[in-house]
Amino acid sequence: MNGHTRKLLTIVTEAAIEGILLEDLQRLGAHGYTITDARGRGARGVRNSAWEASGNIRVEVVCDAATAEKIIAHLHANYYANYAMILFVSDVVVLRPEKF
Amino acid sequence: MLDPIILFFLLGLAAGLLRSELRLPAAVYELVSILLLLAIGLKGGIELSRQPLGQLVPQVLGVMAMGCVLTLAGFPVLRYLGRFKRADAASIAAHYGSVSVGTYAVALAYLAGRQVATEPQMPLLLAVLEIPAILVGILLARGLARDMRLGLVLHELFLGKAVVLLVGGLLIGWASGEGGLAPIAPLFFDLFKGILALFLLEMGLITASQVGSLRRHGIFLVAFGIAMPLAGAIVGAALGFWLGLSVGGTTMLATMAASASYIAVPAAMRISVPEANPAMSLAASLGVTFPFNVLLGIPIYHALAARVHVLLGG
Repeated sequence: MNGHTRKLLTIVTEAAIEGILLEDLQRLGAHGYTITDARGRGARGVRNSAWEASGNIRVEVVCDAATAEKIIAHLHANYYANYAMILFVSDVVVLRPEKF
Repeated sequence: MLDPIILFFLLGLAAGLLRSELRLPAAVYELVSILLLLAIGLKGGIELSRQPLGQLVPQVLGVMAMGCVLTLAGFPVLRYLGRFKRADAASIAAHYGSVSVGTYAVALAYLAGRQVATEPQMPLLLAVLEIPAILVGILLARGLARDMRLGLVLHELFLGKAVVLLVGGLLIGWASGEGGLAPIAPLFFDLFKGILALFLLEMGLITASQVGSLRRHGIFLVAFGIAMPLAGAIVGAALGFWLGLSVGGTTMLATMAASASYIAVPAAMRISVPEANPAMSLAASLGVTFPFNVLLGIPIYHALAARVHVLLGG
């Protein structure tokens, strides 16, 4: 297998901000994203997906290291203070690097 | 004797408070609320198709003004009496200036059960009342800030689920008339109360989940969550009479003024006023005002509307 290393960003945050978050991700250079509904518990209590105001989403983005840095810095500056949000980064191997 | 749909609400509330594992799947809740919104819109549309639309303009303007006034009135109370931060006071005030479709549906069922007619344009006024409070709330919180992403907010407001479905239902009902809608009437009209019962079961569960944050944020929110709807109902009833609505229509407008949003406003505030704590406004609107209106408020507003018509009309 001929693999290329990319970054996988996983963002878990409030469903209410999906619109603005996706707009930002695209502007910062993400070529695509995957969203799943999520629920769980964290610093801001239990978040059930039963209805939008307390629902969570998990957004996954695969991108190159430079884009990942930009996204991380942007989220840190603009979202962390006021929104329930966590973010983690892992290395992944992709087969078609031109897609990411 | 309590209406059985209210008992469903109490069942959900009890199950939630006792930490039962009962939960409506998110997709079911979504479907149920879509059905309610469409049914309300369609019902109004059928009636609208039977009459001229000319007298609607003053009513729409009056209701928009009411949304602004209620928000502007709630804000100083929260800011100076409740000592909330500016953003929180503005956000909570906007919740109370806007409207709850769930409460509207319960009031509609309440009046239908008593053979009280309401004006057909009420769903339109319901959709109209959702919006102005949000804009006023954002202005109160932020002034005219540059970075408020107004375009995105306006998109959310006018193309939000509630407005699209209510107005869409009205238009379909208006275009099709009663005969045209007969084939789909079983789903939207015959099942209305059953759907409402399921909706209220879930609302009971959601209300129960607010009790924790209500305990944290204290007695002032509880008092506000009861006093504000009562004051709003008086404004709504007076406006309803002044706009020439019947007792049923006046009751609906009083209920709309008394109710607090828990879907459209929280979503808009989350984006536009991120520093406002959503737990507080939801605890007040869902934890206090929704149950108060459903259990006690609606009969009070009905009596109030009848009284206003006797006092001012006689």
